[in-house]
Amino acid sequence: MKTEESTIDLPALYHSMLRIRRAEEAIANRYHEQEMRCPVHLCIGEEAISAGVCANLTTPDVVFGNHRSHGHYMAKGGDLNAMMAEIYGKATGCCGGRGGSMHLIDNAAGFSGAVPIVGGTVPLAVGAGWSFKLKQEEHVSVVFFGDGCFEEGVLHESMNFAALKNIPTIFVCENNGMSVYTPLAERQPIRSISGVAKAHGLGVYTGDGNDVVEVAHLAGEAVAKARRGEGPQFLEFKTYRWLGHVGHEFDDDLGYRPNETPKFREDRCPLKRAAEELTQKFGWSQKDFATLEENVKAEVEASFQFSFASPDPKPQTSGDFTYAQ
Amino acid sequence: MPSSTIDNASTEKNIREINFGEALQEAQYQAMESDKSIMVIGEGVADPKSIFRTTEGLVEKFGPDRVTEMPLAENGMTGVCIGLATSGFRPILVHQRIDFALLSLDQLINNAAKLHYVFNGQVTVPLVVRMLIGRGWGQGPQHAQSLQSLFAHIPGLKVVMPTTPYDAKGMLLSAIKDNNPVMFIEHRWLYNLKGDVPKEQYLVPLDKASIVKKGSHITVATFSHMTIEAIAAAQVLAEHGVEVEIIDMRSVRPLDMDPVLASVEKTGLLMVLDTGWASCGVSGEIMARTVENAFQYLKKPPMRITLPDHPAPTSKHLADDYYPDAETIVKAIVSLVDDEQKLPTQEMCKRVRRTSLRDIPNPAYVGPF
Repeated sequence: MKTEESTIDLPALYHSMLRIRRAEEAIANRYHEQEMRCPVHLCIGEEAISAGVCANLTTPDVVFGNHRSHGHYMAKGGDLNAMMAEIYGKATGCCGGRGGSMHLIDNAAGFSGAVPIVGGTVPLAVGAGWSFKLKQEEHVSVVFFGDGCFEEGVLHESMNFAALKNIPTIFVCENNGMSVYTPLAERQPIRSISGVAKAHGLGVYTGDGNDVVEVAHLAGEAVAKARRGEGPQFLEFKTYRWLGHVGHEFDDDLGYRPNETPKFREDRCPLKRAAEELTQKFGWSQKDFATLEENVKAEVEASFQFSFASPDPKPQTSGDFTYAQ
Repeated sequence: MPSSTIDNASTEKNIREINFGEALQEAQYQAMESDKSIMVIGEGVADPKSIFRTTEGLVEKFGPDRVTEMPLAENGMTGVCIGLATSGFRPILVHQRIDFALLSLDQLINNAAKLHYVFNGQVTVPLVVRMLIGRGWGQGPQHAQSLQSLFAHIPGLKVVMPTTPYDAKGMLLSAIKDNNPVMFIEHRWLYNLKGDVPKEQYLVPLDKASIVKKGSHITVATFSHMTIEAIAAAQVLAEHGVEVEIIDMRSVRPLDMDPVLASVEKTGLLMVLDTGWASCGVSGEIMARTVENAFQYLKKPPMRITLPDHPAPTSKHLADDYYPDAETIVKAIVSLVDDEQKLPTQEMCKRVRRTSLRDIPNPAYVGPF
């Protein structure tokens, strides 16, 4: 499917989403073993946004994440073995065990860092974007955040400055309507999130965050505009967090999301939607899906085996890197 | 990263007298000439007053891309500076009052201080945050706090407080070259202080205290403007045979304890002077480390002079006695060294007592500032 700004490669997008889904599921399945000894915030149900946005980026473009960033990291090309080893607290982890699930980085892939303070990386992305502009490089910076972050002052400070200086930063709001257990309606007035971003002077796009084609298309336009020097862009995608805020389980029993049923989730599943399109428009067979599943399963399993075989970090190195030389 | 050329071989003809504020301006100007990655960002850095003239001429020379006025968004802009710093730039962020920097504690403590560590050394944050502190002239509770101990609590930050024009320039140049976030705290009352400063660039280390005056009777460990008050006190005490050893600590984090411990071994008495409060502060930290490491040499419990344990009032009538000065120090030192009560305390106090207004550093000083 061709558009003016981007070429949508649905098989590649599906592959990207499937890697994230299967990795997250594998983490969830093994979490009860109590060997991943750090909080995990899984992004099952939200994979289309990571996959669709990052499909429009090149390696030197930089992405910043948040507490729920396995998907952002993987979609940008972050090393899966290093991520899994990090969650297991191993020396081979992407932070050598200093970070865990909430602190991911892969500079070689252009994943410039995730931290768990909501809004924490937003101005970092603007700083990185400003550096591209000052160095006259045609790269963009991207930051992923949730609807809860829209309540943080630092986001508005960052949008203001990015617009003021025409900085090539893409603000991606993954609006899953929920901050931990508190719904959007209890936190923000009835008004459009993207409308506020527009008032800050950003280019604005809104779309269905469970439709990877739509995400990729809109992100392609936004990234192209930022690259052309048309300043910061804001993408708001509605989506749905399947699991609890933190941890490996569904939490339907808590009753804070009355609509939640397996069917409700399935109806919004970005992978299911993309698979249907692959079958109908790309003629994918059961065998095509099975082959891809096998490959992804093997890659994910290998990342666990890599982690299990990796050495633990040495306790006496705990204080290293407090200061740079 | 392009590195600056530093010529440490200063010759006498290249040394002249300038004041503390001019030394700061010169450090930034020369560093920016040497290294294109250095930027200056802050509220007022490119305005007509140019942070009490310490950023004067920078925007004209280096342009608005490198000398940037910023929105009133201290936390966001601190994060932007961190993002610049991890992307190959060396920003200097300026807060005209340290109190404004409180809005940026999230970015300073959660990001600037942590990114190098948590990312296992894969990123560095070469960021300088210039922050002004002060006293008097009605600055009140939110315009002149001495918050060095708050920042110094945080592993990953460096916190320095130069006193002399020489150190102001040399330590600012070191801070700019450092690959860590450096909280650079400047006391407004030092700005007009003059001293010998080489014309060329030179580095003063960020982790070394300086022995300002040798003495054998009591050790005084002091910070920033309190060093000036200590020198005044020591001069009058010396006339009566009391030799005070004054150590300008210069850095709050890391603390250079070696000269303090060596001095206490000699004098057996320790007094700490801080511009801030006592509770959980650096004065207590210096006393604790001295007790831990030199207990056997202490003849008496260490003593400290700090602010009263309440916010700074605004009215001159409330504030005049709030800030300790040379007279406070003379009295305190006498209480430690003069067991036989032979020293003419009243006379010495009268000698150091300010006859001009006490809410300004000198009579030439007029508000607003």
